[in-house]
Order: sequence, then structure tokens, then C-alpha cells
Amino acid sequence: MDEFTSTRSNHLIDPVLHAWGTEVPIYLFLGGMVAGIMLLSGLMALRRTDDRTSHALSLLPWASPFLISLGMMFLWLDLENGFNAIRFYFVFQPGSPMSWGSWILLGIYPASILLAWTLSPAAFRETWLRRLSSVPALESISKWAMERTPFLAMANIVMGAALGIYTGVLLGTMAARPLWNSAILGPLFLVSGVSTGAAFMLLYRLNDKERVFLGRLDMGLITTELLLLALWMIGLSTAGAASRGALGAILGGPYTAAFWTLVVALGLLTPLIGEWIELKHGAIPGRLPAILVLVGGLSLRWILVYAGQFTSWAGNVTAALH
Amino acid sequence: MSDNKRYAMVIDTKTCVGCAACVIGCKTENGVAEGFARDWIFTHTSGTFPDLQMTIRTERCNHCVDAPCVTSCPTGASHYGPGGTVQVNRDKCTGCKACIASCPYDARFVDPRTGTVDKCTYCMHRIENGIPTTACQEVCPTESIFFGDLNDPKSKVSELLDTRESYTLLPDAGTKPMHYFLR
Repeated sequence: MDEFTSTRSNHLIDPVLHAWGTEVPIYLFLGGMVAGIMLLSGLMALRRTDDRTSHALSLLPWASPFLISLGMMFLWLDLENGFNAIRFYFVFQPGSPMSWGSWILLGIYPASILLAWTLSPAAFRETWLRRLSSVPALESISKWAMERTPFLAMANIVMGAALGIYTGVLLGTMAARPLWNSAILGPLFLVSGVSTGAAFMLLYRLNDKERVFLGRLDMGLITTELLLLALWMIGLSTAGAASRGALGAILGGPYTAAFWTLVVALGLLTPLIGEWIELKHGAIPGRLPAILVLVGGLSLRWILVYAGQFTSWAGNVTAALH
Repeated sequence: MSDNKRYAMVIDTKTCVGCAACVIGCKTENGVAEGFARDWIFTHTSGTFPDLQMTIRTERCNHCVDAPCVTSCPTGASHYGPGGTVQVNRDKCTGCKACIASCPYDARFVDPRTGTVDKCTYCMHRIENGIPTTACQEVCPTESIFFGDLNDPKSKVSELLDTRESYTLLPDAGTKPMHYFLR
């Protein structure tokens, strides 16, 4: 037999690590969605060949700065010492994904706001230029941005990809939590983020052409996400004892039911089948699969953040025995 | 290391009785928050009754050479201090808990009074001021805790590691811990 006892009972550490609660998965979800909206806005801006863009799609890029602000509010709420938050911007720590992320977040604002401005309907721009006529240099900034829409579209694609990947790398670089410790988490969170971004856009009154484009793209994204999830599990199941033990959290362990029902069945397979049926019958992609994708995207992050903290090297009995 | 020292702690598990005097000594010396501990007693009982054996050891931050908490800290609050020890600068800590999530030993926690991260410092406030012992070492009734400079071949810790069989916790985690246990 092997029996262990410990006198340690530190709050949020014992018996199971629970350092990151609800705020972090919500932030990761919103961050991923913004990454998707930026990437898709950039892509669609580059593809735009006529003026038949829907009013909703023209205004949707404005969602990025608002949603990322909401996400950053959740991130700030997670900080135990929020007054020191400014310290993120006193240094750059190249080994820390969180440091990368805080600097990436700063770049999100100018990139997304300027692209949103250039893609907005002309009447919208004129109204706001008039309303904000007292703001110095606004007109020249507008002129500068309007002449550089392709550059801003590319900047949104690059920044969106960086934001989406970083939300996964943030967890993936934590060797202490074997369930997270996989390079797959970067692309997985990026693809999932773009999928939730597309789903968020599909909630609005887009035209049929836009809905079909986003719906078909989402089918590809969901399929890729399923493949990445499979690769992630193959990676962990063929790695060391700690990784194999960690995978048990979603293969028989306490997070099994939540992961397979909320993430895989409800959040990926059901919308994929729904979108496939829509495509097969020539129907225009609706809102229900999109809502399920959003539920799945939030569930993926929520369950991974919690399940990852449930796993550790020390939790693996054979590892603790030396 | 700028000061050319490599501080380490060595625990004699043959003599440690798990009395937890080190835990109380640390809490008293460092004013650790109520309900929290920077060091703790771990026991491992193995074998088949009646042939049982028990290992008792006092554990704390391992002051790793490749400390993931230092790497993951976005503000530089977690850093390498004197003698290669791992220290936290509370003035820079945001309480983001990246270091807590990245520590394979779960040796860190958030001090609820300040919202900043707390952990064992190897009593650097004593060592740097000429007191040669840590608080836990000072109060240990069986003299099972040793602290010193591994770069000094004549130090007690060097001598113990040279002459006794020792191990570190979770060596496969690859963090190169500086907290040794004598078998």
C-alpha cells in the first residue's frame, strides 16, 4: 500500500488546485472570439469586391474592441492585486505567455478600431466625424486609415491569430499541469476562437452570401477542431505517465461527462451536423448551430481550465514515489 | 549567480519526526497568513501490514534552478534572489497566479491580506543579515533541517550530500530543485 498525508491545506491550492476560477475561462472565450472576429473581418475585407456588404457585417468589426474590453475586465477581476495591473506594462518577459498576451492586447485596440472605422458605412463615418469634430487629428487619422484598408485587414489577421494562439499557449506552456502541457493548445484555441467568432457574426442580420460563407467556413473549422482535439489526446496518451494520468481527467475522470457532452457532442458534432444538413438542402445557415458553437467554445475553455488544474505531477502516485 | 553562492536545504528524513515545529517556527518568524503555511509535513507509508515503513519529511518551495514560476511571471515579481533562491517582490506582483499554476510542487499561495503571492524565502531576511540559520532549522528539535551553500565544499549541506544518499521531489519535472532529502 501507499498512503500519503500532508499537513498543508492552503486555500485554493489544496486538496486540488483552484487558482483560476470562472473569470479566466470567460476571458479566454471572449479573447478567442475577438481573435475570430478580427481574423474574419480582415479576411472578408480583403475579399470584398462589391458594395453589397450587409449593414450588420459592416458594423460587426466594432464588436472586437468592446468584447476584448469586457474580456480584460474579467481578467482584471481575476487578479488578486489588481492595483498592480500596470506592472504588466513596465516590462516584457519573453518567457511568459501572459506577458506576451498583455502586450498583444494593447495592439488589438488600434488594429481593430481602425479597421472597423474603414469598413463602417460612409454615413456612419460622416456622422461620427461631425459629432467628434472637436477631437484633434481625427480627420487625418480617418484619411490615413481609409487609404490603408488592405494593410489594416492584414494587421487584423496577424493580431487576431496572435491573440487566438496566445490564449492556448498560455495554458500549453504550463508543464506543471500535464493536461494543458501540449503545443496543440495554441492552434486548438485559435481554430476554436475563429469558429466562435464566425458563430458570433452569424447571430446578426447578415445577407445570404455572407451567411453561406461563414457557415461553410465554420464546418471546416469545426472539423479541424475535432482533429486537433484528437491529436491533443493522442499526444498526451503517448507521452509520459503524468500526461497519461492527466488525460484520465476527461477519459473516465471527473470531467468526462462535461467534456464529451458539452464540448464534443453539443458544441462540435451537433452544429457540424446541423450545418451539413443546411448545406445539403441548400438552406441558409441559421442561428441555432451558431449558438451551440458558442456554448461549445465557452465549455471547452471552462472545462480545460478546471480539469487542467485537477492534474499535476504530484497527483500521479508513481511520479511521487521516485 | 552574481554572489557565487548556491543555497540549498537538506532534510534528514531518518531523524524527522513530523512534529511540525518547523511549520510553526516559519509562521511565527514570517508572519504567514492565518490558515496558510509556507512549509508542511508530508508522510508516506508504504509496504504490507505488518511490514510497513514510513517516510516523514518537511517540504516547502524547492527554490529550483530552472524555476517555471520565474519564467511564467509576467511582471518579474518572481525572480532569482541571493544564492540562486527564488524570491517574490510583492511590489511587482499582480496576483495573476501564473506562478501558482506553473509550480509542480504547489508550493505557492495567495496571501489574502495583500493579494500577492507568498512562499518560502529560505529566510533570506535572516541569512542576508548574518543569521546563519532559517527559522524552521532553528526550531527543529531533532536537527533534521540543514541550510547552506552548495558551492562551498566544506559546508554541512555539501558534506551531507557527498556522504549520504539523497533525492529531490519530482526530478522528472525538470526544474532542478535545491531542496534535498536524505534517505
